[in-house]
Amino acid sequence: MDGTKPQPGTPEARVGTTGHEWDGIHELNTPLPRWWLWLFYATIVWAIGYWIVYPAWPLLSSYSNGVLNWHSRSAVAADVAALQAQRGPLMARLAPASLKDIETTPELLDFARAVGRRAFADNCAPCHGAGGGGAKGYPNLTDDDWLWGGTLDDIAQTITHGVRSGDDQGRQGSMPAFGRDGMLKRDEIVAVADYVRSLSGLAATPGADLGRGAKIFADNCSACHGPQGKGNRALGAPNLTDKIWLYGPDTATVIDGVWNGHGGVMPAWGTKLDPVTIKALTVYVHTFGGGE
Amino acid sequence: MCPGSATALASEGVAAAKPGQPPLVSLVGEVKGALDEQALAAPQGFDNQPDDEPLYEPRKKIHPQRVTGTFRRLKWALLIVGLFLYYFLPFLRWDRGPNAPHQAVLVDLDGGRFYFFFIEIWPQEVYYLTGLLIMAAMMLFLMNAIAGRVWCGYLCPQTVWTDLYIAIERWIEGDRRKRLQLEQQPWTFERAARAASKHFWWLLIAWWTGGAWVLYFADAPTLVKELATFQAPPIAYVFIGILTFTTYALAGWMREQVCVYMCPWPRIQAALTDEYALNVTYRYDRGEPRASLKKAAALHAKGQPAGDCIDCQQCLNVCPGGVDIRQGAGLGCIQCGLCIDACDAVMAKIGRPPRLIAYDTDLNIRNRQLGKPPVYRIVRMRTVLYAVIIVAIAALMTVTMATRRNNGVDVIHDRNPQFVRMSDGAVRNGYAVHILNKSLEARGFLLTVSGLADADIEVIGSEPRAGGEPVIEVGPDQSREVRVLVTTHENLEPGASIPLTFSVAASSGGPAATAADHFLGP
Repeated sequence: MDGTKPQPGTPEARVGTTGHEWDGIHELNTPLPRWWLWLFYATIVWAIGYWIVYPAWPLLSSYSNGVLNWHSRSAVAADVAALQAQRGPLMARLAPASLKDIETTPELLDFARAVGRRAFADNCAPCHGAGGGGAKGYPNLTDDDWLWGGTLDDIAQTITHGVRSGDDQGRQGSMPAFGRDGMLKRDEIVAVADYVRSLSGLAATPGADLGRGAKIFADNCSACHGPQGKGNRALGAPNLTDKIWLYGPDTATVIDGVWNGHGGVMPAWGTKLDPVTIKALTVYVHTFGGGE
Repeated sequence: MCPGSATALASEGVAAAKPGQPPLVSLVGEVKGALDEQALAAPQGFDNQPDDEPLYEPRKKIHPQRVTGTFRRLKWALLIVGLFLYYFLPFLRWDRGPNAPHQAVLVDLDGGRFYFFFIEIWPQEVYYLTGLLIMAAMMLFLMNAIAGRVWCGYLCPQTVWTDLYIAIERWIEGDRRKRLQLEQQPWTFERAARAASKHFWWLLIAWWTGGAWVLYFADAPTLVKELATFQAPPIAYVFIGILTFTTYALAGWMREQVCVYMCPWPRIQAALTDEYALNVTYRYDRGEPRASLKKAAALHAKGQPAGDCIDCQQCLNVCPGGVDIRQGAGLGCIQCGLCIDACDAVMAKIGRPPRLIAYDTDLNIRNRQLGKPPVYRIVRMRTVLYAVIIVAIAALMTVTMATRRNNGVDVIHDRNPQFVRMSDGAVRNGYAVHILNKSLEARGFLLTVSGLADADIEVIGSEPRAGGEPVIEVGPDQSREVRVLVTTHENLEPGASIPLTFSVAASSGGPAATAADHFLGP
């Protein structure tokens, strides 16, 4: 076989071989399909065009800009501007409207809820849950129990200035660490925890001295939580008589709260979000169902 | 039946057979015997393809000749009606009152509506499109079962536009013979001018085709004005560009190659056909053996047989697919019937009966060869079944269309939180309720929720009516999503899931639309 000319009409004769041969098997030198080759050339031409048009090459301290002067950052800015232009007319109506008016005008309400839904998902959902359902230590926004008030204005105030956020107008107030700071002894805390649980109708631990708990409560807790344990929204002191527990109703959790204190923090969104978005967010949260 | 494959098999048999191996030789003999039988069916032999031929077959340029006759007239009529509809339908007006567009046929992508005369389809009703597509498929099958590739030969846009383009070509560059001569000549000014003129007209038609397409997606007169003043949305120009290119390329340049290499339907229909489907068929029982007029006369004088086919090649010359129908209807044959017209014209000239090529079946040819009467079975299991399916779907669609409500409701339960415990111990569930008002006036809708005996219903954004039922205002031809809160003081089992029914009825009366969901307990 070697050294002989390939038979005419065979693929070896038509396209030739690369000269490689294994056990009498020749490697054909079949050319690339023309369509493939042209496509390959086209991608090269495309790439050159891309270098010219778009930023492509790293330089010493910068990069080649491209004749279009396109940047991903300015593209985002353009997209945001386009969105604002699209929302413009309704946003313009939202800006001067009072929160109450927004809720009573169906068109504005639908729009505010749509804007609020997006803002909530972007900013609030990580703590409060996608639907405002909250989590342990992060208030459920869909129920009717509010630490700082559930009216439109209360909600707007809380969103704008936050809770224990360091903002001058932020919500202030904290639950002291009665146990850790030595204000109450261990057995006193157990007694008051039993009493607090009984306020919302939960069964007391067998042998609990509710009378002693009531006494301790009146001396230490009622200043903030009120004599009946109904809470005080000015201080963010929760109502202890309802069925809703921010940290949980079981005895151990209540004891832990009294021992270590509580003081969740919410950022002041007024520094990050524009006033119209905060309005929309307020309406959205208010219409979760718990709004007052 | 594929005579070509039998030939290939025979030659492989020969190649593999070595002397002194009777079984193979006898196999070859059998195959050759079969081949002789095939020769009856396929008078012209098929060339054996060597194994190492290139897989790519370069295009042989086709120069279809002008033809007149029944099928050509039918094709012209269908072409004129079809293109007239396509180009002018968007301009047809249809009065729908002040709250809807006035275009008879309109796909409103922004608004999410499809308008077809008195019918308006919402995206939720896209199943009507499914129904139409099933019907269209069944009609294709039915056509195919009755008379083969009727769609390909007469109705397919590829065929219609190619026909139009060939007509333009013939008008500018002359008929087949002239075009063939022209291609042999050097590039004179006249030849270039003719070519430029041809491509100008082709592009003009292509551009108009794309232009008409976009008119189905916006108010046609307005869009025409915007297009003319370069104020139309960019996407309109993009689509005109795309369709100009595809029309020009597919109808001007690719033509029959689209049918042979790109379109799946020829393959599908080949799998669907049966022996009773009428196809454009060369009646070789009558045509063979071929002989020129003189030769036929001589043969007859000697008492030898001569067929009606005089081998004039007219059937091949007029074929837009470059198919010789006398070799059987191959993949390139779109069964447009133009060869029938061409052959009939020749038969009329030489005083022989027409329809040497006709809509017929191979079965009938064999029957006639055996002296049996031909069998035509239009009504058979498959055609009846197709027709029944078409009628059933059409009836189903008509009934649902006639009885569909102009209101609708969809309910989505809040996913997070699934339920809310209120401060007094009550349990609340939230729902996103989507109310559809398909009438062209604004209407108020009454929402009722049933399934829970002791439940408060609150709709965010609605004012409760005096009767206590919330009314939700929805604009004309619009939908509105409202938040609905259902609260109960009932003592629910742990993990309870209680079925609820949401029903929405126009406050002005009319039937209620309902949707089912659940009330979830803690």
